[in-house]
Order: sequence, then C-alpha cells, then structure tokens
Amino acid sequence: MFEYAPAPESRSVVEIRSSYGLFINGEFVDPGDGGTFKSINPASEEVLAEIAEAGPADVDRAVRAARTAYEQVWGPMPGRDRAKYLYRIARIIQERSRELAVLESLDNGKPIKESRDVDLPLVAAHFFYYAGWADKLPYAGFGQRPTSGHSGADPRPLGMAAQVIPWNFPLLMLAWKIAPALAAGNTVVLKPAETTPLTALLFAEICQQADLPPGVVNIVTGAGETGRALVEHDGVDKVAFTGSTEVGRAIARAVAGTRKKLTLELGGKAANIVFDDAPVDQAVEGIVNGIFFNQGHVCCAGSRLLIQESVYEPVLASLKRRMAQLRVGDPLDKNTDIGAINSAAQLDRIRELSEVGAAEGAERWSPECTLPERGFWFAPTIFTGVTQAHRIAREEIFGPVLSVLTFRTPAEAVEKANNTPYGLSAGIWTEKGSRILWMADRLRAGVVWANTFNKFDPTSPFGGYKESGYGREGGRHGLEAYLNV
Amino acid sequence: MSERVAVRKTYKLFIGGKFPRSESGRSYLVEQTNVALASRKDARDAVVAARAAVKGWSGATAYNRGQILYRVAEMLEGRRDQFTALGVPADEVDAAIDRWVWYAGWSDKLAQVYGGANPVAGPYFNLSAPEPTGVVAVVAPADSALLGLVSVVAPAIVSGNTVVVLAAEERPLAAITLAEVLATSDLPGGVVNLLTGRAAEVAPWLASHADVNALDLTGVTDADLAKSLEEAAAGTLKRVLRPPAGPVDWTADPGTGRMTALLETKTVWHPKGS
Amino acid sequence: MTATTTSDRSDLSELGRSEATLRAFLHGLPGVDQVGAEQRAAQLGTRSIKTTAKAWAIDLAIRMVDLTTLEGADTPGKVRALSAKALRPDPADPSCPHVGAVCVYPSMVPYAAEVLRGSTVHLASVATAFPSGQAPLAVKTADTRAAVAAGADEIDMVISRGAFLAGRYKEVFDEIVEVKAACDGAAAGLPGSPRAHLKVILETGELATYDNVRRASWLAMLAGADFIKTSTGKVPVAATPPVTLVMLEAVRDFRDTTGRQVGVKPAGGIRTTKDAIKYLVMVNETVGPDWLDPDWFRFGASTLLNDLLMQRTKLTTGTYSGPDYFTLD
Repeated sequence: MFEYAPAPESRSVVEIRSSYGLFINGEFVDPGDGGTFKSINPASEEVLAEIAEAGPADVDRAVRAARTAYEQVWGPMPGRDRAKYLYRIARIIQERSRELAVLESLDNGKPIKESRDVDLPLVAAHFFYYAGWADKLPYAGFGQRPTSGHSGADPRPLGMAAQVIPWNFPLLMLAWKIAPALAAGNTVVLKPAETTPLTALLFAEICQQADLPPGVVNIVTGAGETGRALVEHDGVDKVAFTGSTEVGRAIARAVAGTRKKLTLELGGKAANIVFDDAPVDQAVEGIVNGIFFNQGHVCCAGSRLLIQESVYEPVLASLKRRMAQLRVGDPLDKNTDIGAINSAAQLDRIRELSEVGAAEGAERWSPECTLPERGFWFAPTIFTGVTQAHRIAREEIFGPVLSVLTFRTPAEAVEKANNTPYGLSAGIWTEKGSRILWMADRLRAGVVWANTFNKFDPTSPFGGYKESGYGREGGRHGLEAYLNV
Repeated sequence: MSERVAVRKTYKLFIGGKFPRSESGRSYLVEQTNVALASRKDARDAVVAARAAVKGWSGATAYNRGQILYRVAEMLEGRRDQFTALGVPADEVDAAIDRWVWYAGWSDKLAQVYGGANPVAGPYFNLSAPEPTGVVAVVAPADSALLGLVSVVAPAIVSGNTVVVLAAEERPLAAITLAEVLATSDLPGGVVNLLTGRAAEVAPWLASHADVNALDLTGVTDADLAKSLEEAAAGTLKRVLRPPAGPVDWTADPGTGRMTALLETKTVWHPKGS
Repeated sequence: MTATTTSDRSDLSELGRSEATLRAFLHGLPGVDQVGAEQRAAQLGTRSIKTTAKAWAIDLAIRMVDLTTLEGADTPGKVRALSAKALRPDPADPSCPHVGAVCVYPSMVPYAAEVLRGSTVHLASVATAFPSGQAPLAVKTADTRAAVAAGADEIDMVISRGAFLAGRYKEVFDEIVEVKAACDGAAAGLPGSPRAHLKVILETGELATYDNVRRASWLAMLAGADFIKTSTGKVPVAATPPVTLVMLEAVRDFRDTTGRQVGVKPAGGIRTTKDAIKYLVMVNETVGPDWLDPDWFRFGASTLLNDLLMQRTKLTTGTYSGPDYFTLD
C-alpha cells in the first residue's frame, strides 16, 4: 500500500494576534461596549483569537466613517487612482497569498490545497479584474440612466455599501463584495461571518499596507445582531448579502420601503445531471468536485445527482470507488481533500438532515474513513433511493452529503432539476452538444456548468434565479449592483 | 324616427386571452361606467394564465416577439380614436404607439447588449445571456393611463416575461381598451393579463403569490402599501421594482432599466478541448 | 434500472471478428473530456509525497524502470554497461533494488542477455519496425521472433497509427494478434521457453486525442496486449500524465469488464523523481495497489534512474547528491 506520510503546511507563515478590534476609519479600535467572541479552529477546537463584537454604536461609527470617506475622498477620486489602489491590493494579496491561505484554512477548516489553489488565486484575480473597471465605468454598457434622458451620463456610485458575507469562502466572498464596490466608487462596511473573521481582519491590515484612504473599507465583526444593525442603518445606500435564503428573506423585508439597493446571493440545491453518453470519468470527477469541494459548504454545490437510469449502476459504482480515495483530515495537510466542517452548529444541521434522510428511507453510504477525535467532521456521504419528496432532495444541507436520484429522458431531467424553489446552478454531463444547449436553455439556474462543475472566474457573472437571490457578482454584470443604473 | 340607441361596451377583465367578468360578480363605477372589480381569485386565475403562457412566450423567437409587439403598435394606430374618445390626449396615444415600436425593436437586441462572452482564465467557453424572470405582477401608474401602462407592460413582455397588470384604479377604461388591442395583435393569450380594481385589495395577493417572480410597484403611491407589498414579496424573494422616487416623465427616453430589472442572467460554461 | 453490475464478466473475444463489431464497440466507449482529464491529472500531481512515503515510492519507481537505450549508435559495450547498471543501479548501496527491465533494439538483445542471464531483471526488446511500424506484417513478426529467439522475454511492439487513424481497426487488431503469436518462444524455435510478454505501444503523441487513446487502449487489450505503453520516445510528444490517466482508466475498466489485468507503461519524457512519483500517485488513486508493482506498471526511461538514485541518496544521507556520483550508463 502506498501510504502518504503527513505533509503539513507550516503554520509559522502566519502570525495570529491574541485579540482583534474593529477596523474603522483605517485603524483597529476597541468596540464601544467591549463585547468579544472567540474564533476557533474547527479542525481542533483550539481558540485562535478573541474578536471584538460590534454593537449598534460601533456600526454607526463605521457607517459614518464610510460615508465621510465616500463624500470627501473616494467618491471624488478619479477612477484612474481608485484603480491603482485596487491593483495594489491585488498585488499584496498575491505576495502574501501563502499567509492568507494558511489563515483561511485554520479559521475555516477548508483544506490548504483549496485555499491555496482555488480561493487565493481567485481573490487576487477578482481585485485585478475590478481594478481595471474603475476608470472605465462609462464603457460598462449600462447605457443611459433611465431617468436622466441624456446620453453619455457616467454611471454614479451608490454611496456607502453594507456587506454581509458567509463563512464558506471568507476571503473570496470579501473580494466579490469589496472589489466591485470600490471600483465603482463606493465605500464599504463589511461584516465577515462570526466563525471566520480572521482573513477579513488580515485584509484590513493589507488595506493599511496599501495606504488605502481611511474609511474606504471598514470591517465590523460580530454575529447576526451586528449584521442586522448594519443593513438596517439609515446611512446605508446599498446592501449586499451572501448567505442563507432565510436570512436573505429577512434582509429583503428589512430594506422594504427604503431606497437601499439590494443584491442577494443565497442558497441552492443544484441538480447535476449525468446522461448515458457522458464522459464518465470526468463526470465522476465533476460529481465529486460538485459536492465534496469545500466540504460541500458551497451554495452552488451539485447536491442533487440525477443519473440517467440506463447508466445508474456503473456511474454509482464509479462514484463510490472514487469517493474511497477522498482523504478526510487535517486541513493543513497538503494531501487533504476534505477538511473540517466549519462549526458545531453546521455539523449538527448536517447530522440532523442526514438522519432525516435515513429515516425517510434513503440508503446511506460513506467510504471507510477515520475521522479525527477533536474538531468537527463529517464523512463524505451519499444517499441513494432518494426521490423528489425527500427532505434531503429539497433542503440545502450545506455539507458533504449527496442525494442521488434517477431520470429517464431529458425532459424529465429538466423537470426534476427545476422542481425546487432555488435556482442557483446546474450541471449537465453529455457528449451531445445539441442536448447541452437544449438543456441549458431550459434549466432555471443562474450558472449552468456543462461537462464541468464549480468553476469560477472574476469575469463570469454568478448569481441565482428564484429564491437563490438576485443580482449578479462577477463580470460587467457585477458592477450593476454598485452603480446608480 | 327615434334616435338610434347606442350599444354600450361592457368593461371586463382580460385573463388568458379572454374577457371574463370578475368571478366575484362585483363592479365599480368609473366615469359613469361599470368596471369589473377584480377579486383575489381573479388575481389567482390571472397568475395561472400568465404562468401557462411563460413557456410558449419565452420560448418564441425574439424575432417573433418583436413582430408581435410591432403588431400591437399597428393595431393601436388603427384604434387611436377609441382612446381619444376616452379622453387620452392624442399626443399620449402617439407616444404610446411609438413606445411599442421602440420596445419591439429591443426583443432581438437585449441578449446582444446585455449578454456576451466572458474571457475566463481557463480553457472554457463561457457565455452569459439574459433570460426572462417569468411571471411579473405590475401595478400600473395612475398618472398616465395609456402611455404609463404601455411603459410598464412592454418592457416586461418584450424579453419573454408574462404579466398580470393591475390597471390604475381610477383610470381603467383606456387599459381595458388596450387589452382589446392586445387581443387582436397575435399576442398569445395569457402573456398580458389585465385586472381592474383596487390595488390595496388585489396587489397583496400578487405580492405574496409564490408563483409570481417579480413585482413592479410603479403605480403604488401609498408608501405604506408599497412597503408592505415589498415585504410580502420578500417571502419568495421576488424581484421588486420600487415606486419611483418622484414624478416620472413618461414621454422621456425610458432607458433599458425596466427591461433589465426583469431579466435573469444565465451563464453557461463548457470546456474547450479536442 | 439496469441489472448490469461491474462484477459481471463479459466475453469480448468475438469483437475482433469484424471491422463492424470492433468499430461499434470502440466508438461506443465513453468519451474523454480533454479539459477534465487534464485537470484531474494535474490535481493528482499536487499530492505532496514526503519522507517515508517518498522513500517507498523511490524504491518502487526504481523497480519499475525499463532502463532503455534505443539509439542508432548503440553498441554491445554500451548495452552491457547499461545491463550491469540495471542489476546494480547504485553499486555503493546494496539495499538499492534493481530495475524492472532493460529495453533495447533486437540486435542488441544478445549482449544484454549475456549480462542479465540468471537475474530477475527482464529483457525487453522493441520490435515490429520500431518506431514507425511502417513495414509489412511479415517483417514485423520476423522482427519479433528474432528478438524472442535472442532472449527477450518482453516485446514492445508499435501499432500502425496510420491504420488506426484511418479507421482500419481490424488491421491493427490482427497485427497485434499476429505479433502476440510470434511472442511465443516455442513458436520461435525455443521449445519450452515461456511466451514473451507483449507491450503494445500506442504512440499516443500521434493519436492526438484522448478519445483515440482510450479506443487504442481497448483495441490493444482486446487483441491480447499484456501491457499498453504510451510512446516510442521518438516523436515530439511522449508520455504525459493525462494520457497515462486515460490508459489507467482503460485497464481498470477492462479488468472490471473481462477479469483480465493489463499493465501500463508510460515511456519518454519522465526524467525526474518528482514526475515518477506523480505517476505512482496516479496509479494509486486511479487503479489502486494491484497495479503498484513492476509486473503491472513500468517507466520507459533512461535518465530517470539517475535522478531516482540521487533522491534516494538524499533521503538516506540527508544531503543533496550530485551527478558525478552516479554512473552515466
């Protein structure tokens, strides 16, 4: 047997402070009421740092700092110069990418292989991409402003953006929010998730290192209450949220009746559809990548596998064989494929829904794997014999759990794929080009991956239909969320 | 010889290409005319008709949709007198006709202007294209009975959405007459469904209806109602067009915002390999 | 749901009967998406193999080397020296294993055989008008018989890429069948000698697509190949990780289907320990431990061996070694 010896990435590249304040107006400050919470390493339950918890007064302070920076510095600044700051940030991220990747894996639990090879390159690329837009906004193709009536009006920033991001891709979601906002001329107050604040705080240091004017980027840490205070603040012109559909609904209600522009990137229950003429080895890779990438903590995860009945057995057999190769364990080991579940709460939810799946009669299977004793872990799992009526086929599990269903015809596949309130992504595996295009036309999802899955790029718009949210992030489309167009 | 007795028109709802009375049997009086007073069940039926029309209308070619919208302009041109007789100013009728023509031309250009290739950093074909969001519920503006109505309906349907539009409560006659134009314009039944009645009564049912994808509140002037409708829409995360912040000049260039607000962007990836 | 399972064994022996059945079968194999296959190969290449795992892998890789010289300038002296090195790659360290085989031209087989006789190092010879394969079948089989008669116990044949690309699958199939028959030592006039193992070189660099690599792999296996091998080393594109991945998937699926295990030999372009270990990782995670054995996986290489030896020394001594400390043969 070829046993891979441990190959741990060194922790020493990153220095974690014992406590972090709020990043407001260019400096780290203590919260008004002194509340704190702890961020832990989900792979070991070790406390990584104490984090300030922002109360309403802190949020107000941050919003005011952002407003002032918008009015006095960032709004008036030529796009050419905003671009240079963003390019500078992109460069620093590249220079410090190993440090950021290790910190991300420590705080989030994702394998270093992913934070190093996926998250960090995409973060830097995102800042590079939007940096280039900062001085080209009139060319972004938004045409005339609807109420202006005269042509050639430059699109204007909205002002001050409140941004709330999730824990699954902490730094990447920060990049998706901050880069287009700043490029368009807005200033931001961003709240990272309470379980993964550390890379956002290191990003704050990068803003300092880049000499970004104070107040352009503010980071307030905290949990749901902090987020609520932020999105409900009267001084906010724009709210951008990525997270659960449940919270998205609450935010949509909270901004009702205001002039705040809102974009939401929410949950999903994507169908990954495998036809009998699929390139089967690549399809199996796509299935695995679709649901086990980032422990399945992915809103666009291919969590419903639809296999054409004529190839059900061989595809399932290949999938199981492939799953047996997945290495679950220490996120910092360079050979780890599946890291730790981000939090005890998330682990509970995954366990609960998995138990529901078994109780509802679906057949559960996981490859043999030994899970570490400390920390939050869940073995890669598939459920077969699942029907559309099962809860595990309808609800977002947000973990390494795949529901396997079957279909007979392309029309049935489309019908099943669309039979969900979500509409974020979908996958199609077939060698037949016309079928791909036929399917892609009919799938109600914002991103359709054909013969691939879970691919992301700063130039490519991302976002959902229906209850998966509205607005797009990435590409020219992503600017729209931050411009008065 | 006695003077000829005129035949009066019954103003009914327009649902699924037919002109039914309100299922409630109710009507209300506008300018000495009885107008159907739509109920929540009429709204429900209108959503069913609109949903049923989505597949055919969104699946029609853009060229076909453009021709049909242009046909609406042709039909409207031929019925100018009906609208002026209802008190719609002649220049508003002109503008309404021109607006149909303007939007008709957008049908096969939207995807080119708002979609396109994305140069991703990898061996992938990557294309974004706009698609209709589905069923759109609209509260039409009251300040412009014909042009305002056309200005909210045409941008919604040109891309393939279907609509349930609630005509301005106090100015429904031009709206119903427009429905008669639509009914003779090759527009498939159910693409536009028009209700007359009270926004405060009907709009909440549309705002909370789980089979409605977007909500256009342009005609809602009561801020509290607008807020509660937006809150209801949040239940299924509908796309919401809020009421305008101030008076709207309906004769001005409308821009593309009303169309794009009711579009989804779909991005398709495929590897490039031999 | 279909009732087929992968444990069912299928009898595919009739497929070679006609051009039509062969074509239908080969064209019915699942496609290979180029981008996906290359990404999977690249991902496997990011495995980090350190310390004990690396030491184990290096020794295995040494045992899998088909130490090769295929030059017009080859002489008996060069081949004897190479063969000596095959037996004792690192004279300074008796714990160092010997390589899997020596691989030479047919005319050089006798000189290698002199040195290797009595050892467990195999003696491979390229044959069948290597490297182009552009010769009449009778010449190819004669070439093969000569090599076997001279002592080769492994024959590395080339397929007719021209015939394959022209869609004449039956012709390629029949040639392999004929050459396989010629590998029979008894038939070559060596009564009692074992049948030489047949490695079929697909020359994947000329097949151009992974779909072709998959089809050619199956074609060779259906015709009786004991091993499928990527390349002659004589065209610009030799073994690559994704090509090897596709071939590994083919041998895996072939065994699932027929019950017969076939070996894989990437050849050409594999020069460093790092590369070799990537291939071993690929074997491990694609077909599993059954193939992690010199009987089922080989590297066709020449310079690779010295790098493996240097890395081996680095692991045992803790200091970096240099090329002057290993023989150039």
